[in-house]
Amino acid sequence: MPKVIITLGNDISTDDIYPGRFMATVLPTETPQFAFFDRTDFNAKLKAKAFPAGSIIVGGENFGCGSSREQACSTLKGHEVAIVAKSISRIFLQNSINLGLQVVICPGIEASEGDDLEITADQVLNKTTGRAYDQVRLPAARKGIMDAGGLIPYTRARLMAKV
Amino acid sequence: MGMTVVEKILARAAGLPSVKVGDVVEPKVDLAMSHENAALVINQFQEVFEGTGLAPKIWDPSRIAIIFDHRVPAESPKTATNQKKIREFVAAHGITKFHDVRGDVGGICHQILPEYGYVRPGFVVVGTDSHTTSHGALGAFSFGIGATEMASVWSLGIAVNIEVPATIKVVVKGEFPPMVGPKDLILHLIGKLTAQGANYKVLEFHGETIRKMSTSGRIAICNMSVEAGATSGIVPGDEETVRYLREEAGVTEAIPCTTPDADATYCQTVEIDVSTLVPQIACPHMVDHVKPVDAVAGTKVQQIVIGSCTNGRLDDLEIAAGILRGKKVAEGTRMLVFPASSKIFAKALDRGIVHDLMKAGAVVMNSGCGPCLGVHEGALGDHEVALSTTNRNFKGRMGNPTGEVYLCSPAVAAASAITGAITDPRTMN
Ligand code: SF4
Repeated sequence: MPKVIITLGNDISTDDIYPGRFMATVLPTETPQFAFFDRTDFNAKLKAKAFPAGSIIVGGENFGCGSSREQACSTLKGHEVAIVAKSISRIFLQNSINLGLQVVICPGIEASEGDDLEITADQVLNKTTGRAYDQVRLPAARKGIMDAGGLIPYTRARLMAKV
Repeated sequence: MGMTVVEKILARAAGLPSVKVGDVVEPKVDLAMSHENAALVINQFQEVFEGTGLAPKIWDPSRIAIIFDHRVPAESPKTATNQKKIREFVAAHGITKFHDVRGDVGGICHQILPEYGYVRPGFVVVGTDSHTTSHGALGAFSFGIGATEMASVWSLGIAVNIEVPATIKVVVKGEFPPMVGPKDLILHLIGKLTAQGANYKVLEFHGETIRKMSTSGRIAICNMSVEAGATSGIVPGDEETVRYLREEAGVTEAIPCTTPDADATYCQTVEIDVSTLVPQIACPHMVDHVKPVDAVAGTKVQQIVIGSCTNGRLDDLEIAAGILRGKKVAEGTRMLVFPASSKIFAKALDRGIVHDLMKAGAVVMNSGCGPCLGVHEGALGDHEVALSTTNRNFKGRMGNPTGEVYLCSPAVAAASAITGAITDPRTMN
C-alpha cells in the first residue's frame, strides 16, 4: 500500500519543486537529483531512494503554481511518486499529464505523513484513518493523452494519421 | 449567445461558428514562443518523430519565435551549449523570429514579441513560459505551456486539448493618483483574487482606466495575471493597440481587433476604482501576500532590482530616473537595473536615463531576465532582502532560499533605493 511521504501546504510553487537555478538542466535523466532541492532532508531521502515507487506526496491548494518549467514534473516522475492535491495549477497539471506523472485532484484530502493511501478510479481512500475522498475527474480530452501514454506518443499518432 | 473575446478568438482559430466555456477545441496557433528552454522543446520534438520514418519538420517555421533572455550572456558552459544547440536548430529549420544575445535586437521574450509586432489582436499565442499571459495586452489569447506541449505544437500547428476557459471581467475606473500605476493595480487585484482565484480562467480587462493605459502598462497587468492563476489576461484590442503596433512596432498591414459581444457571459465581475489606490507591495513569499506600502515601510533592503518583463520598459526606467535624479542610492544598498530589451536600453541611453541612474549609483546591466529568476546574476546573500519590480517572490526565486523578495512598482523601488528601506514614493520630494 503506497504511503504518504510528505504533506505540503497550499501554493507549492515550481521554484520549490525545482529551483530556477537548475533550469539549464533539462534531460529527464538528470533532473531528479534537484527535486525539492531546498528542502534539504526531503531531497536527500529522495536521492537515497528511500521511498518505493508509487509513494505519495500530498499537497494543498494550487499545487505547482508559478513557472511553466517542465522539469518540475520530470523531476518528480523520475522518483516515480504520485501527487494527490486539493487543486493543481493549470500548467503543472497539463505538464504532468503530458509526461505521464500521476496526479490526482482530491479537494477534500486529509492525510498525514506515513498514512497508507489507496488511489481508486474515482476516490482516494485513507486506509489509516478509514476515510474516503472523491477525486475530481479529469476531462475526457486529457484521457486521450493519458491513454496514449503521454503527449509524445499522442502527437506521434496524430502526425501519422495526417500523412 | 454572446461570446467573450477569448471565446471569439478560439472559435475563429478552431474554425467553429461559436464556442462556449468547457468546450474542448484545437485552435490553430498563430505564434509559438520559446526561450532557452527551446533546448528541451527540441529534444521532445525530435522524439515525436522517432520511429515514424519522417524527418522532424516544423509545421510553419515563420510562426516560431525563439528569444534568448533567461541566462544571457550564458552563465555556464551548460547554458552556452544549450544556446549553441538551439542556434544550430534555428538555422537548420529556417526559423526567422530568432533573437540571439545581441545589443541591437536582443531582450526579454515578452518585450520582444510586442516590440517587433509578432503578436496581433485576435492571435492564439503559446509560449513555454508562464508569463506568456503578457501578450494579452495586445488583444491576443496568449498562454503558457510546457516544453512537451510546445513540441506537439511545432509538429501539428495546433494546441491539442484546449478547454474554453471561463472569463472574469475586470472593470477598472478612475485616474491613478501620483506615484501609483498599473503595477499597483495588478498587485492589488492579485491580493483580492488570491494566487489561485483565477485558476483556469481568463481575466478580461475593461474600463476607462484600461482604455487610457499605455501598452506598457497593459503588458504589466497581463503579465502578472498568471500570478492569480489565470490562463491569460487580455485587453481587447483598441486604438492604443493599433497605435502601438503602428508607431512602435512598425506594423503596416491592417490590424483588425477582436472585441467581446455586449451580451457575453462572465463567471464573475470585479470592479476597481484606482483613484483611491495607494502603492502596493507583495510580501515574501507569495505574490498574493499584498499590503499597502505603509504596512512594510521602513523594512531594510539590501538589493533593489528594476527590470524584467513586468517593469523594465522605458516608462518604468523614466519613473525611476525621475526619482533618483540628483540623489544617491543609499550606502549598504545596491541597485540593479535591467532594461527589458536592447531597444529600450538604447532609448534610455539617448534620453540620458542610463546616465542619471548610474550617477545615482545604480548598476545598469544588459537586457535580459537577470536576477528575476536568480540563476544568472544578482543573487541574494543569506537572509538578505530584495525589493524588486519583477513578478515573483517565491522562496528561492532570487537565487537564495533564505532571501526575501518584496515586489513593487518602479516608483517604490526608486524611492526605497535612496533611503535603503521600503519607502512610500509619495513621501519623497
Ligand atoms: S524577466 Fe523574469 S518573469 Fe520575465 S521572462 Fe524573464 S525570468 Fe520570466
